[in-house]
Amino acid sequence: MAIIKISTPLTEEVMSTLKAGDNVKISGVLYTARDAAHKRLVALIEEGKELPMEIQGQIIYYVGPAPAKPGQAIGSAGPTTSYRMDPYAPILMEHGLKGMIGKGSRSQSVKDAMVTHNAVYFAAIGGAGALLAKCVKDAEIVAYEDLGPEAIRKLTVEDFPAVVVNDICGNDLYEQGVEQYRIDND
Amino acid sequence: MDGCNVRIVDVSEIRQAVKNLAVKTTSNVPKGAIDALERACLTEESSVGKEVIKQILENHRIASEENVPACQDTGVAMLFIELGQDVRLTGGDLYEAINEGVRQGYIEGYLRKSVVSDPLFERVNTGDNTPAVIYVDIVPGSRIKIMFAAKGGGAENMSGLRMFAPAAGVEGVKEFVIDQVRKAGPNPCPPIIVGVGIGGTFDRVALLAKKAVLREVGSSNPHPEYAELEKELLEEINKLGIGPQGFGGRTTALAVNVEFAPCHIASLPVACNLNCHAGPHDTIVL
Repeated sequence: MAIIKISTPLTEEVMSTLKAGDNVKISGVLYTARDAAHKRLVALIEEGKELPMEIQGQIIYYVGPAPAKPGQAIGSAGPTTSYRMDPYAPILMEHGLKGMIGKGSRSQSVKDAMVTHNAVYFAAIGGAGALLAKCVKDAEIVAYEDLGPEAIRKLTVEDFPAVVVNDICGNDLYEQGVEQYRIDND
Repeated sequence: MDGCNVRIVDVSEIRQAVKNLAVKTTSNVPKGAIDALERACLTEESSVGKEVIKQILENHRIASEENVPACQDTGVAMLFIELGQDVRLTGGDLYEAINEGVRQGYIEGYLRKSVVSDPLFERVNTGDNTPAVIYVDIVPGSRIKIMFAAKGGGAENMSGLRMFAPAAGVEGVKEFVIDQVRKAGPNPCPPIIVGVGIGGTFDRVALLAKKAVLREVGSSNPHPEYAELEKELLEEINKLGIGPQGFGGRTTALAVNVEFAPCHIASLPVACNLNCHAGPHDTIVL
């Protein structure tokens, strides 16, 4: 299985080569954010205020990690279900967000926004938090510490494994996969 | 009752047992699920799906060896207590002791705290994963059986309940369950464990589905017709093509477990509760 190595920030050139179904390994920076942090980020945008982190060309990873044990950079850190961030994702893409990592299907309006703004949605393996945490070399809280596991963290990752689900052409791996393996009863 | 047969148990013993369960359960995926994943790894036709299952097994191995949670979502703590009626509890409030065990276990075990105190308005994290969801059944004898389950939010959100008319019958029940899994798609982290409750009342059927989803993978309902229903549902669900993580494949569910109860002449309640491929839970008997 071919694996494409990519690094952040994501460039337009890289975005144009990624296709639904591609296996990638991501190195660089990922920002974590879940429901509560997204709500605050979008409120800042609506008030015309500055965001607490870089967003141009960046990737947001939908994760609320477990606490790090002594000696760990981070505790278990697998993806959370992405549809809960659907109401907030298009406005972040409008402001330069290029990638999202999570698990599960996105709404049509998010898929449309990915095509409009040349952004990609990746899935990481849900429930593989212990394995994925090993790719995280450093983690620091950059905003909303009061949210506990939902705070925004800046993760430095090496070879973080993910699969392209939605590419900039509108392809969807989840739809293609089911189509290929579904058995219809007569 | 003969007073000599009363067994006295201090609630601190229960607190300690709950704490120990909380600390170790999320890093040790139940054997039934591991066995089913290993079998699925051999039979999965999709190469991507097979690779996903391999990585999940690798994850579960790391979790157990390094004593870290298999998944960052270490859930809402659910406690199912069977309390022998010959036990007399001393030393304080049972529910407070259980919550204290959860509090200590989640803090000392480096588990994620995932509970907010108010569901709708403030949504402030309680910081120690309490309160737990606690069910106590009084049973004959003098034993105390404690089952702990860490129930993650992703699969829980994909669950559903429907009050059918009896005329819906077996076909109605099957269609509902299959449709629930189809709609959930990749969200609940397939390959999943499907718990189905049938009968009872609106509230009881949800609890039946929960008990079903926490029954060991590889076990079947002792009633032959319900065991057959479990087999048929598993076969149909694995025709959906969702596959490991929803990337397409034959392994959408590892097991379908059904639990049932008597119900009203006018009712046919059905509930479907989902769990991911790990479904962490463990039991201890005092």
